Amino acid sequence: MIEVKNLYKSFDGEMVLKDISATFESGIINQIIGKSGSGKTVLMKSIIGLFPIDSGQILYQERNLPNMNRNELKLLHQEVGMLFQGAALFDSMTVIENVMFPLEMFSKKSKQEMIERARFCLERVNLQPDTVSPLFPSEISGGMQKRVAIARAIALNPKYLFCDEPNSGLDPVTALVIDRLIEEITQEYNITTIINTHDMNSIMEIGAHIIFIEKGTKAWEGSKEEIFTANNEALEDFVFASNLYKKIRKTQQKTKNN
Amino acid sequence: MLGLDTLGRYVVLMKRTFTKPDNWRMFGRQLPREMVKLGVDSIGIIIIISIFMGAIMLMQTILNTESPFIPRYSNGLILRDTMLLEFASSIMSLLLAGKVGSNIASEIGTMRITEQIDALEIMGVNSANYLILPKVIGLILCMPVLVTLSVFCGLLGGLGIAVLTDMIPMADFIYGIQYAFIPYYFTYSIIKSLFFGFIIASVSSFYGYYAYGGALDVGRASTNAVVNSSIAILLMNIILTRILLT
Repeated sequence: MIEVKNLYKSFDGEMVLKDISATFESGIINQIIGKSGSGKTVLMKSIIGLFPIDSGQILYQERNLPNMNRNELKLLHQEVGMLFQGAALFDSMTVIENVMFPLEMFSKKSKQEMIERARFCLERVNLQPDTVSPLFPSEISGGMQKRVAIARAIALNPKYLFCDEPNSGLDPVTALVIDRLIEEITQEYNITTIINTHDMNSIMEIGAHIIFIEKGTKAWEGSKEEIFTANNEALEDFVFASNLYKKIRKTQQKTKNN
Repeated sequence: MLGLDTLGRYVVLMKRTFTKPDNWRMFGRQLPREMVKLGVDSIGIIIIISIFMGAIMLMQTILNTESPFIPRYSNGLILRDTMLLEFASSIMSLLLAGKVGSNIASEIGTMRITEQIDALEIMGVNSANYLILPKVIGLILCMPVLVTLSVFCGLLGGLGIAVLTDMIPMADFIYGIQYAFIPYYFTYSIIKSLFFGFIIASVSSFYGYYAYGGALDVGRASTNAVVNSSIAILLMNIILTRILLT
């Protein structure tokens, strides 16, 4: 579980995040949603510790991230897996080397054990280890790159998984596959997963706990079931931006009136 | 103020770079790779440039010092000392700043903008140490070899002129390159090259590491790396010459 309490963050005197508080439970998908430029990426990177915050608390099971020294932060980061928007695989390494990288860096496993673990992780994300292992990231598709990035993220059995717009650049079918995969892994390993997204399909598919960020503040919190009935103007503008969801709302209102 | 700010960030980055590696085995694997990429892969260009520069320098010296009062063997001596004192270390380092420096800055810059450096940090890896230290150590270790090779190839270029033209008799050239040899000049050249190797790798890494934005910004970081490491080499050359030769 991760708890964020009264988080403030500014850049060059401009306040980007104001008084954000939230609790992210393990075993479910927590999503941070909002328009582009609303501050959701800054919030995620602040929670991970990539951006130092101005004030507030970020508690990783009672361990307050802002108070951690470099060594404590390093140890915490070994419990964290992250899926970046562009996968962020190491170009100079093959797929198997990418997945083995955290193991080589921090585990005391033998070479054979590392290869076995990497192959297991690749299989877990529905990739054929024999086929993809020798390939370089530039030789596989965007969807496969995302899966390899997930495999790398889970290689060290993380307690926390962060995903920054995991569906960006993917077709709807592949996006759904990635969403389902993240959900399965979260439940299987009881990980605290936080996903940063503005993809409504993803929100409606896997969003168990959702935080809506608007202009750097937490404007709404709830579940995917509550999102259509939320009485929040900014959230409505965000959710009903697409014609499809406008039609859904109209249908819902008609049903309600009848 | 901007200069001080840049210097401060450079010092902080170097402090993070020069720490104990997170994993010695990985460092041991990275180091030879970087030595091949930065040093061994530069051998070709160094051989070509040094041979031609040695040849042209000898020709220019002969053409511009034709006098009955200057012995012909002095042309060989001038070529040898020019190669040892300046060309093999300073000029070759400026060339390497262009070739190796832009390579380092664009590689690390691309890793920065594609979030690969963030990925390293998230894993708990000291990204500065992991990425920069093997490059700095690798290039420093390669520099003495490259300088020695450059001196040798420069003299070979001169020998080519002596053999292929009638501008200088072979015996005079051979006598000249051995005449009044001061071994300390070689030591001086090697010492300078170690400093220049550090400057090229660290300054270029700095500009790559702090690149932000897109592909255009990686190009800008690469240009800045070459320009600033060249300036730093020239400044350091003056300081080292003052300290080591006077």
